[in-house]
Amino acid sequence: MKVLYRESHEWVAIDGKKAKVGISDHAQKELGDLVFINLPEVGAEVKAGETLCDVESVKAVSDLYAPVTGKVVAVNEELEGAPELINQDAMKAWICEIEVESVPDDLMDEEAYKKFIKG
Amino acid sequence: MAKRTALYENHVAHGGKIVEFAGYELPVQYEAGVITEHMTVRTKVGIFDVSHMGEVVVKGKNAEEALNKIVTNDIRGMYDGQVRYSLLPNEKGGAVDDILIYRVNGECFLIVVNASNADKDAAWISSHLPGDVCFENISDKVSQIALQGPLAETVLKKILDEQFIPKKYYSFTKETLVMGIKCLVSRTGYTGESGFELYCGNQDAPALFELLLKTGKEEGILPCGLGARDTLRLEAAMPLYGHELEEDIPVNEVGLGFAIKMAKEDFIGKKAIESHEPEYVRVGAKIVDRGIAREHTDVYCGSEKVGIVTSGTHAPYLGYPIAMLRIKKEFADKPLEADVRGRRLKLEIVPLPFYKKA
Repeated sequence: MKVLYRESHEWVAIDGKKAKVGISDHAQKELGDLVFINLPEVGAEVKAGETLCDVESVKAVSDLYAPVTGKVVAVNEELEGAPELINQDAMKAWICEIEVESVPDDLMDEEAYKKFIKG
Repeated sequence: MAKRTALYENHVAHGGKIVEFAGYELPVQYEAGVITEHMTVRTKVGIFDVSHMGEVVVKGKNAEEALNKIVTNDIRGMYDGQVRYSLLPNEKGGAVDDILIYRVNGECFLIVVNASNADKDAAWISSHLPGDVCFENISDKVSQIALQGPLAETVLKKILDEQFIPKKYYSFTKETLVMGIKCLVSRTGYTGESGFELYCGNQDAPALFELLLKTGKEEGILPCGLGARDTLRLEAAMPLYGHELEEDIPVNEVGLGFAIKMAKEDFIGKKAIESHEPEYVRVGAKIVDRGIAREHTDVYCGSEKVGIVTSGTHAPYLGYPIAMLRIKKEFADKPLEADVRGRRLKLEIVPLPFYKKA
């Protein structure tokens, strides 16, 4: 399994044909306390770089973008009642699982992402 | 470039996340986060840097009379050491700002104004006072620290003898020495909790801030940022200039009738207010569906747009999202929805304030 990151701060953990998606710890810190998440729909076809779903913090609503192209096969319904799980452990709190069709080549590995957020 | 308050270094040292607000670099939150800071003020005590607020002094034999002509409330009959909320109306009957008026004595008043309006207000007030009334803008010399929450008084009592603590809501004591620091101590706030606002010279602000934090340690005090200040005032349904109040929103449409004294003889905007039949009202709504309706969101009754959201947030203490609406008055009892990014969220009109302290 490898974990990659988008510039818009989503992570994707790719394991063969399946990939779990979440937001980075840096992103949850920037967003602050999350109070809502609108999960994507199971069965939805998503394209890398397009809006996947949104999360809402006390301060603002933010779109999340699909890091890979494919089909949503599962969503983490637990987050619906407890979006704060993302604040507590962003790397563990997966949002949805995608059956991967293709992975774009603009994703970063952890080292590159760490450099990226440092600016 | 954004200004810094005298407490900037303290915010950084305490882990404040700095943003620009009203021309100042201020913490939006500290490490605890908005929700924890909010709950701490509701259940214990929190401390805020509100030094960005503006302060002007109006002095002179005719100060009371002159001031009474430019505000909507009636400031006659106040006692020395009393505070009164008022709107500062314009000629059209809109609001230049909302303000607090502190009566030091019959010939000296301190006026506290919003940070974003401080320069505008100073120009407005000074140009509408007669020549025999002195005006001074002291905003850049004064710091303001708010100590808010049910345990605020417990904390203050440890460092200030009870006789110097103002007893009544909306009263103050001046030239009060808090462990040697000269302060004006005011029993006011913008959170819906009991608490105080302490004004001191910039040079003393860092020491006062640290003293309060240290003194409140046992009570669980936390430094709180602008984020919590906004969610707290919104739960308490307190208006915010630029949201519920504006130059072109008639002051008799914002639910602040208690601060508009139409029986008073002439004051700026009185005629315009008198001749304006209110079309809109300010109401509170609970968001029934999942999601937050934020400011500028359109409000609908069926297919008809009937108003907007002026402020909206997740209310941490209540545990659900709330909003203040400016809607056409005939729709106040109709089924309403907010259009949030193309999604309709059902609204339930609820009485204001959303939260009232026990």
